[in-house]
Amino acid sequence: MTAAPRPYTLVAELTYRCPLSCAYCSNPLELGRAEDELDTATWIRVLREAAELGVLQLNLTGGEPLARADLEALVAAARANELYVNLITSAVPADAERLARLAAAGLDSIQVSVQDTDAAGAAWVAGRDASESKRRMAAAARALGLPLTLNVVIHRGNIARLPAFVALAEELGATRLELANTQYLGWALANRDALLPSRAALERARQQARDAAERLRGKIEVLFVLPDYYTELPRACMDGWARRYLLVTPSGLALPCHQAARIETLEWQNVRDHSLGAIWHESPAFRAFRGEEWMPEPCRSCSRRALDFGGCRCQALALTGDAAATDPACVHAPRHDLVVAARARADALGSVDGAERPLLQLRRVRGTT
Amino acid sequence: MIDAQARVRLAPRVRLRFDRHSGRHVLLYPERGLELNASGERIAALCVEERPVAEIVELLAAGASDTPRDLVERDVLAFLGALEGRGLLEVSHP
Repeated sequence: MTAAPRPYTLVAELTYRCPLSCAYCSNPLELGRAEDELDTATWIRVLREAAELGVLQLNLTGGEPLARADLEALVAAARANELYVNLITSAVPADAERLARLAAAGLDSIQVSVQDTDAAGAAWVAGRDASESKRRMAAAARALGLPLTLNVVIHRGNIARLPAFVALAEELGATRLELANTQYLGWALANRDALLPSRAALERARQQARDAAERLRGKIEVLFVLPDYYTELPRACMDGWARRYLLVTPSGLALPCHQAARIETLEWQNVRDHSLGAIWHESPAFRAFRGEEWMPEPCRSCSRRALDFGGCRCQALALTGDAAATDPACVHAPRHDLVVAARARADALGSVDGAERPLLQLRRVRGTT
Repeated sequence: MIDAQARVRLAPRVRLRFDRHSGRHVLLYPERGLELNASGERIAALCVEERPVAEIVELLAAGASDTPRDLVERDVLAFLGALEGRGLLEVSHP
């Protein structure tokens, strides 16, 4: 048995309700209903238990966390437990007065998603263009002195506008710009052939991001995250299974990552029934892929196994049907051919700019939005 | 560029706090954290309010009488430079 490390970050998915419908959303394909959401008191208990476990960072996310009427109370409770509180938001609806209330309650930072600087591109991938709302919230954050991160999920449809994203981050006074390629799981996997960029587009974007990072050093931290479909080595997904992160879903399931509930061979526990500490330390699901004992070959004898922790279990499941298989992103994986084939299709397609945008399967949610 | 004449202060919303799990202080900033060793903690604590770098060096050197002052200054500047590179420090040159 491997002793449990200490988690640093709690990702609190407060709700699946969201005004956007992004085709790469990390929420599950089968979304729960608003009626199933945890109540305020339970979240406040979870925040306290997270701090006791060693969590330092709290990401309040969703769906759209602003849809929760009790967000101010949750921020205050998090700060009472000394957590650093990050709001991960679509910035819809823009509400400067609410943001001021959240800041007064102790909010530390805000991360605003940007779908595209091109209105038609944003509408294509998210169902609507919300850029005006994002600008207003960014301005409000700046006026309040809240550090602002812009997060852009990069895909075939927006990768050509990387310089525009950098310019937007400078204009809005962001301190951090995350240019994170789509992770092809869940909704994004369903839309993969329309979203995966070509190698040429990716190389160009990577160089543009490097140049921006160099130019803006000390002013804006510019991060560019490659898609693991092109790296030939798996990413250290969540810094290792149940190692530094834990996530709680709107209805209270505790998970090591956004997608883990898809692994139906594991039994997931709910914070309504168990303490976060008991789940983190003792639940068989959290221990299933912790450490190295679960690893198959070639991972088990690989010199990189302590660097990438065997890659992404959810991707292994989604592509091969086996969550314990070597991540197909790895060049040494028996099923790396699946990734190679997807890349070949991406290279064969042209740009999706202009009038030829393919139809995407947009995220849908049951219940009220 | 940080030199002894500069004045420094932790950037807004960079939080210095004790972490009882590691027994060390950490600097928390958006979605990240930095675990500090003993001298990093002392320097960071001195940066909670705006202060000249020279004063930080003096205070550190006074507490480390067996270390040459220029070595202390080098270490302080290196640490502050690392914080600045992460955007965690406000630097002004009077």
